[in-house]
Amino acid sequence: MSKRFLSLFASLLVLGFATPLRAAEVQVAVAANFTAPMQKIAADFEKATGHQAKLAFGATGKFYAQIKNGAPFEMLLAADDETPAKLENEGLAVSGSRFTYSIGQLALWSAKPGYVDARGEVLKQGAFDHLAIANPKLAPYGAAAVESLTRLGLLGSVEGKFVQGENIAQTYQFVSTGNAELGFVALSQIVENGKIKSGSAWIVPPGLHSPIRQDAVVLTRGKDNPAAAALVKFLKSDAARTVIKSYGYAL
Amino acid sequence: MLSDTDWSAIRLTFELASITTLLLLVIGTPIAWWLARTRSAWKGAIGAVVALPIVLPPTVIGFYLLVAMGPNGPVGQLTQSLGLGVLPFTFAGLVVASVFYSLPFVVQPIQNAFEAIGERPLEVAATLRASPFDTFYSVVLPLARPGYLTATVLGFAHTVGEFGVVLMIGGNIPDKTRVVSVQIYDHVEAMEYAQAHWLAAGMVAFSFLILLALYTLNPTGRRT
Repeated sequence: MSKRFLSLFASLLVLGFATPLRAAEVQVAVAANFTAPMQKIAADFEKATGHQAKLAFGATGKFYAQIKNGAPFEMLLAADDETPAKLENEGLAVSGSRFTYSIGQLALWSAKPGYVDARGEVLKQGAFDHLAIANPKLAPYGAAAVESLTRLGLLGSVEGKFVQGENIAQTYQFVSTGNAELGFVALSQIVENGKIKSGSAWIVPPGLHSPIRQDAVVLTRGKDNPAAAALVKFLKSDAARTVIKSYGYAL
Repeated sequence: MLSDTDWSAIRLTFELASITTLLLLVIGTPIAWWLARTRSAWKGAIGAVVALPIVLPPTVIGFYLLVAMGPNGPVGQLTQSLGLGVLPFTFAGLVVASVFYSLPFVVQPIQNAFEAIGERPLEVAATLRASPFDTFYSVVLPLARPGYLTATVLGFAHTVGEFGVVLMIGGNIPDKTRVVSVQIYDHVEAMEYAQAHWLAAGMVAFSFLILLALYTLNPTGRRT
């Protein structure tokens, strides 16, 4: 063994001891709409506790199927409150560990500046070919969009113009590439530091649809993982809540 | 068992695959002929472009098609100036995407068949004063029949099996862009596993039968 190898080995040993011994890793499945805030929170979490959160982003329904079939996730940050409850009932999540980590806000958005007015009147004029929504059967934001349109009495007139994304990230993509003139997205996708990043938007009043409650739950595999417990605590902290709010979630 | 939306997805899938395969046979024949006969320095480059969809992930193709065919993309600008509107979220858009996506599965078997014919039958036809078109219809096409059978079956089956590209540019519109593979995905995501099974098992059976037919009818033409 060469000297270089020995010194590499030695430095690895030192590194190994330098991190706190109790530092652990937690595998987290995160709803696609929560991608941006969670990346920030995970970095803060590691700084504050030394624990590492390994994140996977995707559709809640897909995560459910994967968890049922033995995926190695220890925590789920869902896009709804039904999936975590279902997992708990099926014995796949630690009972009593469920909590609401954020409440999503729906926005009608266009990539074109000035296209969507501050009151959403553009929907009534109907001068567009495509209105993008997330698949209401799969995505809570899509269901909320349909509920709001129903409440506004506009569902019948715009339904024929729906183009559906499989999740809210794809819906955003349809609008941002200009293929759909406008669409219902998560406010968190278009907001940065409390301001709309680009284009024009109408924040749909929360009274028009039932709240998009996003629940987190510790999965059975994460039951005895100290990093999972620490992440739960961290998500409930003021520091994390400030980050969550700055990305356009109500809480 | 199968709902109305399932049947509509099946019908749409077969329409898409049929139109795509027909178009590909028409477009693919001259490309395959050129690739089989040319001594041009461009042969390698064109052959590589035709083969690209085999190796590229559908997400790449879907993403670029979405951007290119969108209102700000080059293809979108062209279709708009022709008064056709933009292609994403339309059946025509799916056809264009499928033609590109399934191109190698049609061109390569035909090209192989053309190459296997060699120079000799063409020279013989020429000495008998057959015109180039006559040679093509009376000599080349009959000799290349196994290649055409393989191309038709693979082009059709590959379009039926298309998912990622359709997902990215289709917009999941019933009767227009919601094909079987997307419908299965929706069933699975919505945890409707029973309905997903009916459609998914149907796909497995269909794909097996179509390939079985190909390999039984055409034992020599299985190269792609």
